[in-house]
Amino acid sequence: MSSQLLSFTDRGIYCADGDFYIDPWRPVARALVTHGHSDHARWGHAQYLCTHQALPVIRHRLGDIRAEGIAYGETRQIGGVEVSFHPAGHVPGSAQIRIARRGEVWVVSGDYKVEADGLSEAFDPVRCHTFISECTFGLPLFRWQPQRLIAEQLAAWWQGNAAEGRTSILAAYGLGKAQRLMRLLPDAGPILTHGAVEETTRILRDQGYALPPTIRVSAGVDAKSHPGALVIAPPSALGTPWARRFGPAAEAFASGWMALRGIRRRRGLGTGFVISDHADWPGLNAAIRATGATRVFVTHGYTTPFRRWLEEQGYDAGIVQTEFGAEESDAAVEADPA
Amino acid sequence: MKRFAALFNALDATTRTGEKTAALAEYFRSAPEADRVWTIALLSGRRPKRIVNATELRLWAAEAAAVPLWLFEECYAIAGDLAETIARLLPPPERETDLSLDATLRALIAQGGRPEPERRSFVTGVWAGLGPDERFLFNKLMTGGFRMGVSSGLMTRALAQATGVEAAVMAHRLMGDWDPARTRFADLTEDGGAAEGARPYPFALASPLEAAPDSLGAPEAFLAEWKWDGIRGQIIARPGTFAIWSRGEDLITDRFPEFAPLQDHLPPGTVLDGEIVAWGGNAPLPFADLQKRIARKTVPKKLLAEAPGHFLAYDLLEAKGVDLRGAPLSERRAHLESLLAALPAGLPLTPSTVVQGDWETLAKIRATARAQMAEGLMLKRLSSPYHAGRKRGDWWKWKLDPFSVDAVMLYAQSGHGRRANLFTDFTFAVRDGNDLVPFTKAYSGLTDAEFAEITRWVGKHTVERFGPVRRVVPELVFEIGFEGIQASPRHKSGIALRFPRMLRWRHDKGVDEIDTLESLRALLRQVSMPGPTTAD
Repeated sequence: MSSQLLSFTDRGIYCADGDFYIDPWRPVARALVTHGHSDHARWGHAQYLCTHQALPVIRHRLGDIRAEGIAYGETRQIGGVEVSFHPAGHVPGSAQIRIARRGEVWVVSGDYKVEADGLSEAFDPVRCHTFISECTFGLPLFRWQPQRLIAEQLAAWWQGNAAEGRTSILAAYGLGKAQRLMRLLPDAGPILTHGAVEETTRILRDQGYALPPTIRVSAGVDAKSHPGALVIAPPSALGTPWARRFGPAAEAFASGWMALRGIRRRRGLGTGFVISDHADWPGLNAAIRATGATRVFVTHGYTTPFRRWLEEQGYDAGIVQTEFGAEESDAAVEADPA
Repeated sequence: MKRFAALFNALDATTRTGEKTAALAEYFRSAPEADRVWTIALLSGRRPKRIVNATELRLWAAEAAAVPLWLFEECYAIAGDLAETIARLLPPPERETDLSLDATLRALIAQGGRPEPERRSFVTGVWAGLGPDERFLFNKLMTGGFRMGVSSGLMTRALAQATGVEAAVMAHRLMGDWDPARTRFADLTEDGGAAEGARPYPFALASPLEAAPDSLGAPEAFLAEWKWDGIRGQIIARPGTFAIWSRGEDLITDRFPEFAPLQDHLPPGTVLDGEIVAWGGNAPLPFADLQKRIARKTVPKKLLAEAPGHFLAYDLLEAKGVDLRGAPLSERRAHLESLLAALPAGLPLTPSTVVQGDWETLAKIRATARAQMAEGLMLKRLSSPYHAGRKRGDWWKWKLDPFSVDAVMLYAQSGHGRRANLFTDFTFAVRDGNDLVPFTKAYSGLTDAEFAEITRWVGKHTVERFGPVRRVVPELVFEIGFEGIQASPRHKSGIALRFPRMLRWRHDKGVDEIDTLESLRALLRQVSMPGPTTAD
């Protein structure tokens, strides 16, 4: 009973009193899942619990699983602990998970961002004693502009390309970022989607998320049939024969990593939109402060400097090794929903 | 600065050279004339003298950004660019000012030599008045190493577009030593300035020969000569002027005082292209001897005696004040030889040795290049003019294959700029008994995809961290190529390599199959020995 409420194992973050794991990366009996990105919702667990809003995408991705939904804010007793899910603002359906045992409260952030994007359920700080936080962008290099400014940049880029007779190809992660972007776009022409993006978009639209009409790219859908179009595709589709069907095109990537010039140049991209579904430096600091926690564990991202920073701010801070996200390299950026 | 930042962003936003040229040409037509001159200077590597060092900048910036210095350093390690790190960390500007590039640079240069508090308040004051883009550029101007993804060739073409002057003529006018603070745009773009006298010609450059030489056709169409391992240079002897330029457009006249007597003997109006080497009496000394001279602005007598400079002339670009570059090489070469033959003996200037034979003979001769202190052979089409820059087809460098060893990666560090956040800088070790001895670093030779793969690997195989450096599990084997090897008491391994790079990633080899320190020492003995060596 005196043991830590949550412990850190090689399968994932574990709660002994409730006998469940949070976002485990190896198969377990019971998994509580914060959101549908593939580094958090993995295949092979006997039982899943996630928000009602996250469930359709997770089912779509993982196929035939035993899964149950839970409402935001609903409390549930699992073994000796009380569990609830709270909006993380990362992508539609994403949650922080609160675990309480006799007045002691821990919160696992999953991935989160502080700015309300108008699509995902807005981040809601949860008071706790111990906060387990991501820190993908845990360096002061990363400060996002308000998304309305990004919306202006996107509109100008799209319209500029269209005026030059070029298709706009915008690379973005297929769950969350892609849908967030389509909502930011002006009604200035057709929005085409790569199959990987269209699948999630359809599911979210069916759930009732307000998304603009999109056209899946298939045979006969190209620059001729849809002049002045904007195409949303996963980053891996850039520069492939798939992308070449649009003829003269301007390519851009929408990611928090685009804040770094070196990364943008390495990808050979002139244009990068700095927009992320993770908290920036001020966001991480504000979120941690808002929890009132005195102890903070940081998981994936710039963990070493961020932990040191937190210690200097007076927190009892530690690092948890997880298999979430990329390490501090961006080599895995392609796969990372940043 | 806003106009300049707009130019920079336009250049940065595209990888198409056509768009870059158009953006620059537009700038050269419309920007204030003084700003154009500075831009030309910056793009051709003429940087203003640094008034602050990187340590000062870090301290000032960390304080202005209110972050601890260690955190500033972490950010720098990730961004890989000091100017960008500062621009991203500083708080938003208090007010926005828009001084011209010319005014900004003059104000900056005027800070030179002032005490730290004055320079500091100047720099932080400028920061406070600039938006992020201009701030980034201002930092770049202060830190030097300013690149805008524009080659000097591209800039020359843009200037040619903007002014209507032919690109080759423009390239020539931009050569040499001119000070942007005292030069007008017209001085650069119109003919006949005072700087004319010492101005070198753009160097003709060769392309590497990748195919077999018989793909070039008959050997009789080519002049073959040694590709000397020295400093490519031009000697300018014009009435009242004597100058020696290196290919990097550095004026090196004073570093090689032994060439000064040439001005009394070369006919006025002579320009020679050739290689500066350290001379052993009949043949060049190893490059390492010349290297001792390169760093020195003034040369001690002892060094002058140990490693005297010598000019091996390749080509005659100007005779009696007439530009010969349009004449065929065969004529220029004949002219060169008769000109040099008329000089008194004992001068440090001789024609570079020509070698002859069919391709097979030439291949055999080339194999002995290392013993000649050469890197291989040059093949130059006898009918070719002296091109400005690299023009594929007439001049070929047929270099020796590099030396190579298999070595294991021991440390990895992330790169800078385009390679920030990617592990690209590696330290390699060879085996010495049961130990692994680090012997070289290498940064290049792999594809971006390979670097990305290695970066992921390093993330999972780090044993220890020392700041930005990771010690990794010694598992990945690479074939390391290099052009030369010499003894070096400063290195733990006792050897130093010339131009080390990764030739390939040996997925097929394990750490037990790498080369040994003894094999490197054997190579060193072989290379230092007089007489012919076998290549590889």
